[in-house]
Parts: sequence; C-alpha cells; structure tokens
Amino acid sequence: MAGQDKWDVIVVGAGHNGLVSACYLARAGLKVLVLERKDYVGGAAVSRSLHPEFTYSNCSYVCSLLRPEIMRALELPKFGLQVIPYGGGAALTRDGRHLATYTNPDAQRREYARHSPRDAQAYERFSRDVMRQCKFIKPLLMRTPPDPASFKSQDIMELLYLGQRFHALGDERMHETIRFWTMSAADYLDEYFENDLIKATLAGSSIIGTALGPRSPGTAYVLLHHYMGDIDDAVGSWGFARGGMGAVTHAMADSLRASGGSIRTDAPVAQILVRGGKTTGVVLDSGEEIHASTVISNMDVKRTFLDTVDAKALPPDFVELVRHFKIRGSSGKLNIALDGLPHFPALPPDSPAIKGDMHISETMDDIERGYDDWKAGRWSRHPYVDMLLPSIIDPTMAPEGKHYMSVFVQYAPYELADGPWDDSKRQAFGDTVINAIAEHSPNFKSLIRHAEIRTPWDIENEVGLTEGNIFQGELTMDQLLFNRPIPGYAQYRSPVKGLYMCGSSTHPGGGVMGAPGANAARSVLQDLGLRGQA
Amino acid sequence: MTRRFDAIVIGAGHNGLACALDLARAGRKVLVLEAREQVGGAAVTRSFAPGFSVSGCAHLLHALPQSMVQDFGLQRHGLLLAAQAMPTHALRPDGPALALHAPSGLNAADAQAYGPFQKRMQGFGALVAHLLNTSPPQLSLTRWGERWAMLRLALRLRLMGKSAMRELLRIGGMNVYDLLDDNLADAPLKGALAFDACLGGEYGPRSPGTVLTWLYRLAGEQGAGSSGLSQVLGGMGAFSDALGLACTAQGVHIRTGMAVQNILTREDKACGVRLADGQEIEAAIVVSGTGLKHTLLDLLGAPQLDTGTVRRVRHFRARGLVAKLHLGLSALPVFTGADAAALRGRLLISPSMDYLEQAFNPSKYREIPEHPALEISIPTLNDPGLAPEGKHVLSALVQFVPYDLGPDPQAARAKLLQNIFSVLEKHAPGLGALVEHCELLTPSDIEREFGLAGGHWHQGALSFDQFFINRPLPLYQQYQSPLPGLWMCGAACHPGGSVMGLAGRHAARAILESRSAP
Repeated sequence: MAGQDKWDVIVVGAGHNGLVSACYLARAGLKVLVLERKDYVGGAAVSRSLHPEFTYSNCSYVCSLLRPEIMRALELPKFGLQVIPYGGGAALTRDGRHLATYTNPDAQRREYARHSPRDAQAYERFSRDVMRQCKFIKPLLMRTPPDPASFKSQDIMELLYLGQRFHALGDERMHETIRFWTMSAADYLDEYFENDLIKATLAGSSIIGTALGPRSPGTAYVLLHHYMGDIDDAVGSWGFARGGMGAVTHAMADSLRASGGSIRTDAPVAQILVRGGKTTGVVLDSGEEIHASTVISNMDVKRTFLDTVDAKALPPDFVELVRHFKIRGSSGKLNIALDGLPHFPALPPDSPAIKGDMHISETMDDIERGYDDWKAGRWSRHPYVDMLLPSIIDPTMAPEGKHYMSVFVQYAPYELADGPWDDSKRQAFGDTVINAIAEHSPNFKSLIRHAEIRTPWDIENEVGLTEGNIFQGELTMDQLLFNRPIPGYAQYRSPVKGLYMCGSSTHPGGGVMGAPGANAARSVLQDLGLRGQA
Repeated sequence: MTRRFDAIVIGAGHNGLACALDLARAGRKVLVLEAREQVGGAAVTRSFAPGFSVSGCAHLLHALPQSMVQDFGLQRHGLLLAAQAMPTHALRPDGPALALHAPSGLNAADAQAYGPFQKRMQGFGALVAHLLNTSPPQLSLTRWGERWAMLRLALRLRLMGKSAMRELLRIGGMNVYDLLDDNLADAPLKGALAFDACLGGEYGPRSPGTVLTWLYRLAGEQGAGSSGLSQVLGGMGAFSDALGLACTAQGVHIRTGMAVQNILTREDKACGVRLADGQEIEAAIVVSGTGLKHTLLDLLGAPQLDTGTVRRVRHFRARGLVAKLHLGLSALPVFTGADAAALRGRLLISPSMDYLEQAFNPSKYREIPEHPALEISIPTLNDPGLAPEGKHVLSALVQFVPYDLGPDPQAARAKLLQNIFSVLEKHAPGLGALVEHCELLTPSDIEREFGLAGGHWHQGALSFDQFFINRPLPLYQQYQSPLPGLWMCGAACHPGGSVMGLAGRHAARAILESRSAP
C-alpha cells in the first residue's frame, strides 16, 4: 500500500462530507483513498443494528438539507438512495392540546387559526418573509466564501457578486435581511405571532444543535433550516432515507467505488504528515504510512489541527484560533426500540402527525430555561424533545408491529457541573427524557424494549465529533461564512500546502447537506488545475 | 395659530437641546418644549429626600465628547466637573478591590496579556467611534457623499492591517463571555469587564452582540478624551442646565411645563404641535427627542402611518434592565478592600461572568435576580453639597431588573431591595444601619419619572438589528420620520444615548442638509 504515487488524494474520515469530496475528485479522474477509523462508513449518518431486528439512525435522523445538485451529480438514487418524504408533525402540551404542522399551507393556516386567528394571518407573512431569505441564501451554500481581507481578484469578484446580490434586494429588503441575520428567534417570532405554542414550535428549529437559547441574538436565521429542506425541489419538505441515514452514506460509498475510489475502514489515522510546509500523506495508528500530496480532512477543525497535525508545522496564531473555535456539545439522542405504537392522547385518532416529527415544548420560555440549565452545567429539566417514528413509513427499520423511535434532545452539556458523565448520570438523563415523553403518552414506558442513550460525551467518543457537536462548530456570527472555521482559511485550504478541510467545521456548516464536501473538492480541483463537476 | 419658529423640538433632554442648539447656531429660530418643569430629561439632579440630592438617572459621564463641550461653550455656561479621570474598581468581599486600569494579583499569563488585549480592544473602539460620529447612510448608497463615507470606513478597516481587520470581523459578532475567556483567566477581572459590556443593554454576557456593546462603550470613552469618567458638580442636572443656558444664549426658546398633546399635520406634512392646554404652535418642521413609540404612535398617531411602519414601530425593542438605587446615609460606608481613592471612583460588584449571567437569567422571565450586579458611586465624596454636612449619598445602578415586574410588583420590589442589600452588606458590612433614606427606581419608574422610553438608557436596545443602519427603523435611519417635516433626534436614533449628544447633533446636521431645510 505504501507506493509513493499510488494515491492522488487521501480523505481522512468517511463521513458524508468526506465521501462527497472523494466522489467529486474520483469523478475528476483522481485516485482517491478514504480512510475511516471505525469498521463502518458514514460518520454521523449511519444505520446501526444495536438491538436485534431493529435499525437505528442513531445519530442524524432526517434527510432534508442534502443538496439536490449533489444527489444528482453523484447519482445517489442509482446507488440505492431512496428518500421518502414525510409530512408534518405536531407539538404536544401537557394539558392535552396539540398543534399540528402540515406541509400544505392551507391546512397549516387552518390549524394556526384554531389556536389564534391572528397568527393564521401572520403565518402567511412569516412564510413569505422567511422563504425570501431562503432564496437569498440558498445559492451561497455551494459557493466558496470570499476573504474580505484579500486583494486576489477571485475574492474581490466574489465580494462584488455578494454585494450585487444584496443590493438587488432593494432598500427595504436589505434592511430586513440584516435584521433577520442578527436577531434572536424569540424577537423575530414575537414580531409575527402571539400564541405561545406556535412560537415555541417554530423556535425549536432555531436552537437544535446550538449552545444558544431562542432569546440569543443570531438565532433567527437558523429558522431557515426548517424551510431549507429540499426533497425533489419541494421546498420545505423533509424525508427519511429508506433503511436509515446510513443509506445516504452507503450510496455515496458505492458511488465512490463505482468511479474508482477506494475506502479502507478500520484504518485510524494517527497523524497527517507535513514536510517543508507541505503534506506528504498520513500515518495510521498501526504505523503504516500512506503517501499522497493531497490530504483532505473530514474531521472537525480541532481534531484535525490540534490532534492530528504536528503543532510545529502550523503558524502559532492559527493554532490559537483553532483552540478558540467554539465546538460545544449541547444535544443528546435517545434511540428506542418499541413493542408497539405509543399512544398520544393529545392527538386526534387518525392524525397524520404521528408519522411526522413531534415536539414537546410549550413556550419559548420553557426552551430558554432549558438553555439556562445547560449554562449551569446540567441537562434541561424540561428538555426540548424532537421525536420521530421512522418505522411507520419505512418498515425496514423495525419488525412488523414494532417501532423504532428517534428522540433528539436539547439541551445536554458535554461536561456536567458536578463532574464527568458516568453510567448513573447517563441513565438519569435518559429517565428525564423518557419521563417527559411518558407525560404525553401513558403507554410509552411499557413499550420500551431497548433504549440507547447518547450524551454529547458519548457522541464525541463514538462518532469523533468534538464535544458531540452535530455541526462540528457553533453556527454563530463569528463562525459563519468567511470566519468559518478560521478567518483567512475559510476556503477549505489550511496553512499546510496540500492539506484541506471538508467537514461541517467549514462553510456552510452542518446538517447532512454535503455542501462543505463539494466546495472543498472544488478548491482542490482548482489548485490542481483540473475541472470537475463540483 | 401663528407661525413664529423654524423648528419646534419636543423634549429638552440632552439630545433635544443639542439638536436645538446646532439649529440655532445655523441661524434657525427654535422653540424647545419640555413637559416637565426642568430641562435635562434623564440627565437631571433629583432631590430624593430632604437635604439629599443625586443624579437621577445617569450618574457619571463617560462618553461626553470633548467637541460638544467646546462647540457649545459648556464650561462658560457653568459646567464644572467635581471629579475627572475617575478610577474603576471591582470589589471583592475578601480582598483588595481590583483596579481596572492597573489590576494587581493577576497570574503571569494575564498580567502579560491584559495590557495588549486592552490596547487592541481600544483600537477597535476607535473604529467604532468613527461609526458613532458618522450618520448612517442609505443602504442603496445612491448619494455620492454616502458612498464616499462608507468607502472611507472600509478603508479605515483595511488600514488596520490584515490580521486586525480579520480579528475585528470575527469578534464583532461574538459574545463578550467567550472573548474574555479566550484572552484572560482572572474571574473578577473578566466579571468587571463583562459588566461594562452589558451595562445599559438588554443582554447578559453570553449573548452574541455584547462585544459590540463593549466596543460601543470603549468608543464613547475615546470621545470623552482626557476627562475620562467624570462627575458633574451639582449632579447631572447641572450639565443639562449649562446646556440649557448655552441654548438660551444662542436664542433658543425653551419652555418647560409644556406637554405636547399631538403633532399637527397639513397636507401630509408636519406643521406644528398642539399643547395639552389646547394651544397650537406652528413651525416649518418638528423635531422629536422623545421615544420612538411616543413620537409616532401617541403624538402623531398610527392613522398617519402605513401598517408596515406601525408594526415596525411597535416592535422596536426598548426594555430597560437597569434599576437605580439612591441611599441617604448617616455616615460614609466602609467597603472591604476599597481605599479612599477607590471610594471616590466607580465601584463594581460583578465578581465573575457567571455571576453576571445569573443576574441576567431571571430578567428573561420578568423575575428578580437573586444576586444583582451593581455599579456604585458615592458622589458626596467629590461633591459634599449633595447631602447635609457629614452625611453621604450612595447611587447605584442595578442590573438586571425587568421593566415588567410580573404579577405582584410590590412583592417583587421588596424582594429586589432585600437582594440588593444582602449583596451590599457582603461588601460593606454595616451599610444597612447607615441608611436614612432609600429610593429604588425600577425601569418602569424611570420611564414614568424621566420620560425615558421603556426605562431604557438608549430609548431602545443597542443590538445588531437596531444598530446604525437599522436604528431606529429600517429606511428611517437618517433622522427623518415617515412623515415629511417630522424629524427624530433622541437616543432611539443612531448612535443612542449615554449623554453624548451625538444623536441630536447628527439630526441637526441631517435637517440642515436636507432639501426641505427650514
């Protein structure tokens, strides 16, 4: 394997972004090797059988942000990816009310009207305004951020392009855009809605995976995520990958192999080699050296530069900025095998909501108090919970009559105020979540056959994401666009020649989107003087 | 109805007076109408008990531009400072107070890092100072003058050098908690610095945008120049009186005790005001220094505006979080670890950033902090005339106290006072026994007493979405209002309050430069 010229490119980590990068480069004719620490590919987009006959999407759990141009370019459907749209969901309250969400705008308006006629009207304004922001931002996802401190023509042209796009919005919408990007979700929603349940439901999507509360400035724009889902170009819809999220990365892996790329699992990289300011390849834990003049890291920026590259090979202020890059664990996950379908009395019989995502959160203050708990170093006593039962729509996930439930939990800290996580604390955290769900579903507890409880600490240890942060870095103003991950290094290149970054630590960040991987591949191809599809 | 004035200014707060004075200096005939009996708005001296006086709202000057003192001849009109370049000390219950200008007892890394860090932040503050001194442009930059101004700003940013520019663009949107954590280790020092970043704002140190408010404060301090933090002799009211005298000397008519009932319009243009007593006064333009909502919704009225604008005005956030405590003391209190020089300056109780964040948390739910953060001044040490002989006044800013005190405001007030005293007693044992008089003004009291919108220092939050280009309203950032002939000059406009007078002066310039100038 140690042949000097065998590989053009080594990708460290077989997460979805690493695989996307590898696919684009292999398709451009390069010899690509992907190295994965675990014995399976996928990173945080995996399907695992952790209980007999059940399949868990035990990390990421829905498919919504994956860029359609990537799906097409890598021919993922041909390699077995099937995304099944699911519609809507519901928020449940302790006193037995519910607020359903629908993909059909008319149905949604009627549902809001049931809670507040005024909010039903506001919903039209809200959707229009948020969609407008969506349309403004979408084309930027697949573009490399310009460096405002550079005089290179490419950067100046890109800045001009952005300036022009912004200017084309017109005076009033320019103002609105600035406000939208800097406001808190709570303030933004307060400008439209009066009903607590409606606001809490919408606010939930603004804090998923972030160490901020709905009242923190800069959370409003994360509301976009809810609208950014792009299944078959039906803007705003979400879907399950048939067979779990692992189906996404398996299709990518198959696509890669079909274009000549290779993947080695069980191949943990100990170090990325640097000689004379250039990378020459990697060393595995086993001591084996593999050489290539281009190395792309799918790991987060801290793992890459603090753990895997010799600090002496990097400029000290760069290392300092990497240390200061904020990657915070704020969410946990429960994967539960159920003996049957739980009953939610708040939902009317035959409600389609049970097929969608169901939330537990009644007011924005509840969520904010959950964040206060996180700040104090404990998990939320009344957590924000996002539950899904993919097995209703996708029968491959559980045996007949049984169900798999994915439960995303916000907030849980990486480190607790009273010391590190241990088994009893993990169990107590799991109990908090299970009890919160049981408050809304009397038969829920009796149906549980198996539950996997994952704290941020567990996610870090198993998946390799620093602090278990699902976005490989906070999505705050100081870590977006040309600041992501490090000012001056936001174009997927690093201070080491030939070493690139393609993980969610880079623009445009997390979610199973694939955009960082595609953008990174474009930077690599540009430097090698090659053309590709990226 | 007789037409006698070029401009009527509503409200004799410092911004209203500054605007009136600049208009008068340009030869305009100006009338200032003030609802209360004295000029000054929130910059007044208040007698809170027989023989005891205190600066009612703002109690120290930290950002008064030298240029304003000089241009207006304020010293000639009686402005005297009782103290200048006052030091700030962070109190510790069990050790010497920490002097922020020269902290002692830091670990080696902090001792080395603090100076350069402070200097870098002051450098960024200088750039923000440039922003404060600039009137916001139109976003479309259609005018050449505005293009030029923005180009100059961009150039200044570039000239800072590549790494400084990148650093500013990175930290500009950050929270002060992370920024301080990244650079310093000392908890009391970080607590005190974070206090300044959050003072008068609507957020705790972990909220993004607090680096901006810190730079804003640093920028203000640069404008104040060598006077630094200063105390006005006779209380803040003496500053407003000097400003009022300067106005009168320039021919401005100031009438106090005259509340404006509404703004009069003719042919969709502002043409004067009607007073509470029914009297109508006509003028070519009307300039309002009072709050945004009061001006546009009460004085002008929603029917005069389109629905989109009304909605925006209603959503302008002005939720003050600073309460004011005034104590009349029988003797000088002893603060642990604070020497005589420290006592004459500004004392902070904000022992750590987490303490400050915990003081902030309850305010989100209209609740009272268990351990409030305080800025304390004992003005009688520099100005004994504020209290009977041998007695003292303690004036404190209390963070974070919500505007709405919840279902039982009386109980909340009592609890708040109790909490404040338990914090004070920890740092000044025996202080409670010295108290002869006590007055607590919560943000809603401040709104009522001083006419300050929401009891907010800046008549509205200084957050990114209400800053510079979007202050006070999108499309109306240039001191004009939606109604021709009606202008705005209060702290709700760029660059906000802090007794700087800049909003008023920018407004006067915008009026004089406009095509419809009177």
